[in-house]
Amino acid sequence: MKTTLTVNGEAHEVTHDPRRSLLDTLRDDLRLTGTKKGCDHGQCGACTVLLNGERVNSCLCLTAMHDGDEVTTIEGIGSPERLSALQKAFVEKDGYQCGFCTPGQIMSATAMLREISEGAPSYVSDDLEVPKLTDTEMAERMSGNLCRCSAYPLIREAIAMASEVSQ
Amino acid sequence: MRPFDYSRADSAKDVAGAQIIAGGTNLLDLMKIQVMTPEKLVDITRLSELTGISAEGDRLRIGALVTNSALAADARVRAGWPLLSRAILAGASVQIRNKATTGGNLLQRTRCPYFYDTSQVCNKRNPGEGCAAQGGTGRMLALYGTSEHCLAAHPSDMATAMAALQAEVEVMRASGDTVRIPLRDFYRGPGDRPDIETVLEDGDLITAVILPAPRAGARQVYRKVRDRASYAFALVSVAASVEMEGDTITRAQLAYGSIAPHPWKNHEVAEMLQGQTASDALFHRAAEALTREEAPHPDTEYKRPLLRRTLIAALRQATGLGDTAGTDTVRTPA
Ligand SMILES: Cc1cc2nc3c(=O)[nH]c(=O)nc-3n(C[C@H](O)[C@H](O)[C@H](O)COP(=O)(O)OP(=O)(O)OC[C@H]3O[C@@H](n4cnc5c(N)ncnc54)[C@H](O)[C@@H]3O)c2cc1C
Ligand code: SF4
Ligand code: FES
Ligand code: FES
Repeated sequence: MKTTLTVNGEAHEVTHDPRRSLLDTLRDDLRLTGTKKGCDHGQCGACTVLLNGERVNSCLCLTAMHDGDEVTTIEGIGSPERLSALQKAFVEKDGYQCGFCTPGQIMSATAMLREISEGAPSYVSDDLEVPKLTDTEMAERMSGNLCRCSAYPLIREAIAMASEVSQ
Repeated sequence: MRPFDYSRADSAKDVAGAQIIAGGTNLLDLMKIQVMTPEKLVDITRLSELTGISAEGDRLRIGALVTNSALAADARVRAGWPLLSRAILAGASVQIRNKATTGGNLLQRTRCPYFYDTSQVCNKRNPGEGCAAQGGTGRMLALYGTSEHCLAAHPSDMATAMAALQAEVEVMRASGDTVRIPLRDFYRGPGDRPDIETVLEDGDLITAVILPAPRAGARQVYRKVRDRASYAFALVSVAASVEMEGDTITRAQLAYGSIAPHPWKNHEVAEMLQGQTASDALFHRAAEALTREEAPHPDTEYKRPLLRRTLIAALRQATGLGDTAGTDTVRTPA
């Protein structure tokens, strides 16, 4: 079957088996290998991309269901010459060790900063109406991204740094 | 994953004879490991009549395709049914909640490890085959409402809050008729057919969930205990909405998660609280009444004291006897 996706601003038509996941389409058909496959079951967040602007696990998306949708991957938010504020902050703060989870962390954090600015609540918000970007909030909101190297404190520092830059 | 035919539904009529897929976060996971092997998959995500949240008088109608994220963040829900926001936000991760839908969440399958392991016998996968959890390990299994054929628990946080809030599920039957089923009648106990979890039949489509009018002034709490601080299924959870006049509890709506094959209710406990002065002694009596029965599996015996403590803590929180962080008061629009 055929599906049209806009990935990082560029339209692609892919021919695929109905079983194809969005993750496999990105990595194997479009050769965008920045998005990683950790668990393939929604448990680790390494495959996080933005789907129509919202963060999702691409391993749990069927490509067939996303005809006409817009996808942003790590390749779409910056380049080695022009890093996004979060990418820069991860480099500066050493927000990784092996780096395998990093694209997912950065995609997730990109969406998280926007969600907070829009007032989206979390389970740990004292008040469901006015969430703040505290360390506890960051840990909760980023809990869908595991890091086997346990770089969590530095990941949160990098996100805090990028959020200050963008304010 | 086994091969399947994929089609996109253009109308509610198109779902008969096929496995519905919405967010896919549970179904695809199970298809990948061949616990579920549908031959036909029907994608309902383009059915615009299943989207959106709308007021129905004082009540709220939540379309079956509304995502968990959108529902938890909805301004009306945060004000009028904050328990539901909290419970949803206590589940899964943002990535999953962005895809997970209201209908799909109600129908998510159990997390019994043997259900996931196709090399083991499981009556929920293959009725009549046996239950590997009995004689096996099972600290995620249920405490109450089980049968000799299946001890599995329903893990939904959202459904537990909806049970406390006395929600109804709106279903469109294959005949085209629409019915509204109270959530307490929506799920079935396992009996000798643990594979059949609800009253739904082939061709039925969940179209919405309806919340009754908000209880102005009620104090609401969703307390979830799990193995890690976030992104883990509940071992036990308590959803509470408590109304008071002075120190007296005038109404307590309670439901318990991850301890039964469906969100669990106990009327005796709710009645014990009604009209009484909030006190630790009262809460201890309620907790004892809730956990009188023994666990059906030795590995879940620990859930009894855990559930007692969780109920007491939730009630202390809701009544102001304890720390009130994470407690929300229902506001109705001025
Ligand atoms: C890693 C991970 C962690 C999780 N943690 C939690 C947690 O802590 N708490 C929690 O509560 N949940 C948790 N979940 C489960 C998650 O909430 C569910 O996967 C999700 O809500 C299912 O919704 P969906 O739309 O993706 O359903 P789908 O996967 O699309 O469908 C699920 C089932 O519902 C049926 N269905 C869907 N929509 C309809 C409809 N409108 N009418 C009739 N049938 C329908 C499908 O046929 C299928 O059988 C977790 C999931 C994952 C993967
Ligand atoms: S408890 Fe239920 S789901 Fe688990 S193995 Fe037994 S029959 Fe299957
Ligand atoms: S690869 Fe998708 S969540 Fe792990
Ligand atoms: S840096 Fe190695 S997994 Fe996160």
